[in-house]
Amino acid sequence: MAAPVPEPAPEPILEVRGLVKHYPLTSGVLFKKRTGAVKAVDGVDFVLRRGETLGIVGESGCGKSTVARLLCSLERPTAGRIRYRGEDITRLSGKALKAVRRNIQMVFQDPYTSLNPRMTVGDIVGEPFEIHPEAAPKGDRRRRVKELLDVVGLNPEYVNRYPHQFSGGQRQRIGIARGLALRPEIIVADEPVSALDVSVQAQVINLMERLQAEFGLSYVFIAHDLSVVRHISDRVAVMYLGRIVEMGTDEEIYEHATHPYTQALLSAVPVPDPEARERRERIVLSGDVPSPAAIPSGCRFRTRCFKARQRCAVEVPALAVPEWFRSEGGPAAHDSACHFAAEREPPPGPAPRREPDGHGAANAQ
Amino acid sequence: MLLEVRDLHVEFRTREGVAHAVNGVGYAVDAGETLAVLGESGSGKSVTAQAVMGILDTPPGRVTGGQVLFRGRDLLTLPEEERRRIRGAAIAMIFQDALSALNPVMTVGDQLAEMFTVHRGLSRRAARAKAVELMERVRIPAAAQRVRDFPHQFSGGMRQRIMIAMALALEPDLIIADEPTTALDVTVQAQVMDLLADLRREYGMGLILITHDLGVVADVADRIAVMYAGRIVEQAPVHELYKRPAHPYTRGLLDSVPRLDRKGRDLYAIKGLPPSLLRIPPGCAFHPRCPMARDVCRTDVPPLYEVSPTRGSACHFWRECLDGSAGA
Repeated sequence: MAAPVPEPAPEPILEVRGLVKHYPLTSGVLFKKRTGAVKAVDGVDFVLRRGETLGIVGESGCGKSTVARLLCSLERPTAGRIRYRGEDITRLSGKALKAVRRNIQMVFQDPYTSLNPRMTVGDIVGEPFEIHPEAAPKGDRRRRVKELLDVVGLNPEYVNRYPHQFSGGQRQRIGIARGLALRPEIIVADEPVSALDVSVQAQVINLMERLQAEFGLSYVFIAHDLSVVRHISDRVAVMYLGRIVEMGTDEEIYEHATHPYTQALLSAVPVPDPEARERRERIVLSGDVPSPAAIPSGCRFRTRCFKARQRCAVEVPALAVPEWFRSEGGPAAHDSACHFAAEREPPPGPAPRREPDGHGAANAQ
Repeated sequence: MLLEVRDLHVEFRTREGVAHAVNGVGYAVDAGETLAVLGESGSGKSVTAQAVMGILDTPPGRVTGGQVLFRGRDLLTLPEEERRRIRGAAIAMIFQDALSALNPVMTVGDQLAEMFTVHRGLSRRAARAKAVELMERVRIPAAAQRVRDFPHQFSGGMRQRIMIAMALALEPDLIIADEPTTALDVTVQAQVMDLLADLRREYGMGLILITHDLGVVADVADRIAVMYAGRIVEQAPVHELYKRPAHPYTRGLLDSVPRLDRKGRDLYAIKGLPPSLLRIPPGCAFHPRCPMARDVCRTDVPPLYEVSPTRGSACHFWRECLDGSAGA
């Protein structure tokens, strides 16, 4: 297979370097003594390019939601930089911060608790205009809100209804409309479809893809569902215990994972195809994820890793293309933070499944 | 047949009217078999299970018709005392949320041991030994020490194992698991599902797995019943259903899940929303969302047509759906 010709990469719109967020643990009531720290995010680097979708996957407690909050300046990092269009936004305050926030908006997971139940849909979607009055003149706001509802596929006549009058999927559309109100460049979506039923989930995913094309948005799409992330993302970062352990294009991660954690994660996902049952080879990880307040030395995954050796306990593996893949190139040559990074042997069994096909044809045999 | 549900009807009286949660559900599960009941929220999959177990909230819920035959005896007509003996000892249930299903102020050891002192009349000491044995069975490390811990001291996956241990305690013939891994991370989900499958094999139990996850079903089930608006719309052996669905709803579901093993193009999205149980559409409840709907679908409720001796579909045009000639 010939190496694909690299396309000229679009300019980065967001650049994250050495991002760290530690929450102090204290003891004592009056004189609080610092006794340690929960290392929620512990050195994360990535780049988001204009118009792309970067997926961040990981299990609960890996720090992916904290990354989302840091990107939206909802919290300040302990260390590290977030550059938006070349400018470090972690030190901004006041007007400058407000201006940046306008361009980086968030869509939350839970459409039941992220909308104020006592505000009408019109007020919820129009609230960003109250905070950023320069975005739309007062007289024009009502019209803009109706337009936004229409864009996300809701009846504009519903502006005076309350959140409880909508289903989960419709509420998520309201959350997306609110995120779009200020015409941001970047949307950080934290588990936007996890709370939705399968049939509705597909509607919201399709909506997000359509909006991205329409408004030229860049997405950071955070989710625990690896299948959803594969579907929507151009590139994927896998997080474990506060760090990115592997990052690459969707094909590099899903077809040619070289980090043992990614491999275990992928092998654990049930595939909706009973024929795959016999072929699958699950890597079962032992034990639970360690506490982010007591991160293992060396490679933080080593306590559950089936490949761990002595070196892993002393030397922190860097997120980089492993040396032995660098020369040969190909899809295995992508960032992987493992001293012993290697592709999995393909499981023995029948030939790979038929080519993906569209709706309708998929079922006709 | 171990358990057979026949034409079950359940309704809830609410302020806005009567919600028809279960409208003539029938399924059967044999010893050693895994039946998956698949459905989205509000499809009636959990309510059916609650009615089988006899743990429906009444009021507002009420079983208005049907039979639940366990080894040929109708549980719905048994006196409560007898029913309680069957529940727990012969049929056990595993819930989604282990933290709220376990007693927070009792050690897990005491909760497990209670099963043996109450149902089997064992001494406290013997019951405690049994509890440790069970915890080892569900592969909880250092069981002898952890038996004295409280539920909150365990991780989510470990708590779910304790729930499974509790369900297994009296070696039931049938386990009903309601979304047992929904709250868990995928690596932990895999551990718990594997454990459940191993134990089911080892004990030769029947398992009813209630879930919304098409992946989990494909992984463990022998047969599947798909529910929509309180009815079973399709029932089939799992391989056949995934290969050739005979109901447009099933087919829409299969096409709307993103796949890990291939990068899809557009996802197919079933249009609209599941109906309110207060106002189920006339005719086929799925017709407002169905790409194949015709006049007859708006007026006539489709029965569960026999597609083959092992398959059923509640679609007037199941043959067309099966042939894949129609679609989006």
